[in-house]
Amino acid sequence: MPAMLAMENAAYVIGSYVVTLGAIGVYAVSMLARARKAARSVPDEERPWK
Amino acid sequence: MNTMTPPTSTPAPASPKHPTSTRFTRALGVASLVGIGWLVAFGLFLSPNDRVHKTGVRILYIHVPSAWLAYLAFGVTGIASGLYLWKRTRSLMWDRLAGASAEVGVLFMGITLVSGSLWGRISWGTYWTWDARLTTTAFLFVTYIGYLAVRDLGGTHQQRARRSAVMALLAVLEVPLVHYSVKWWRPLHQNETVEEGKLSGLMLFSLFVGIISFTLLYVWLVMHRQRVLALNDQVDDRGLDVALAARREES
Repeated sequence: MPAMLAMENAAYVIGSYVVTLGAIGVYAVSMLARARKAARSVPDEERPWK
Repeated sequence: MNTMTPPTSTPAPASPKHPTSTRFTRALGVASLVGIGWLVAFGLFLSPNDRVHKTGVRILYIHVPSAWLAYLAFGVTGIASGLYLWKRTRSLMWDRLAGASAEVGVLFMGITLVSGSLWGRISWGTYWTWDARLTTTAFLFVTYIGYLAVRDLGGTHQQRARRSAVMALLAVLEVPLVHYSVKWWRPLHQNETVEEGKLSGLMLFSLFVGIISFTLLYVWLVMHRQRVLALNDQVDDRGLDVALAARREES
């Protein structure tokens, strides 16, 4: 990791990875939370993918 | 679609921890995470610097795959919308696939714009310039945000599906405009890196790791999102049933 921080333009390069993976992670977690919330009102047998 | 179930006083069914998961999506999720791990390892540590872009080339391993995924997502939205509008294949499943894919596409298009801005700061010395590629990409991003807003306008599921399908078929026409903008208008943005054979060895491998892992991730996200939309539709239907039954009891 110290070698990474010494890299030229490290803030931009690492920042782009952090923003990308962070955005995908936040979206995935919020989607799974929305799924749990919606599933409270729908019985198991009405989920065709089960 | 509305069944005649009476208003329930029964307790809500127990909600599983991951209601939209199946064995397949769990395997896909693990494969996506492994792919992302490889992408970080190769993109940040194992691949060499480029002679021209130096360390900036490492942004390419997320910028190009996210742009590819946005194109793919909007293409899938267009095809699914066409299948909904065609009478023989009309099903709300296609509408939900279109909506899920568009939402994930907007996420990846946003990532494309942000990672491109950071790369632009390194290469051009500025985060943004109104050249043809950047402008058409921003326009495409805004168009699909509009598409998602149109989906939320209300009405029945069928009304939602019809109006958003028409909009999706118009919006997808922008994708070739964005892709070929670098050829038609010769902007500041460089031409297609892969098509011109500028990458080789570990750099090309890192790019393909990015494309494969983001594609797996796209499939995982769309499958879950589509199922969440199906659950939401069922919740709406059940809410309508309950309201109708309550009205009947009052009269």
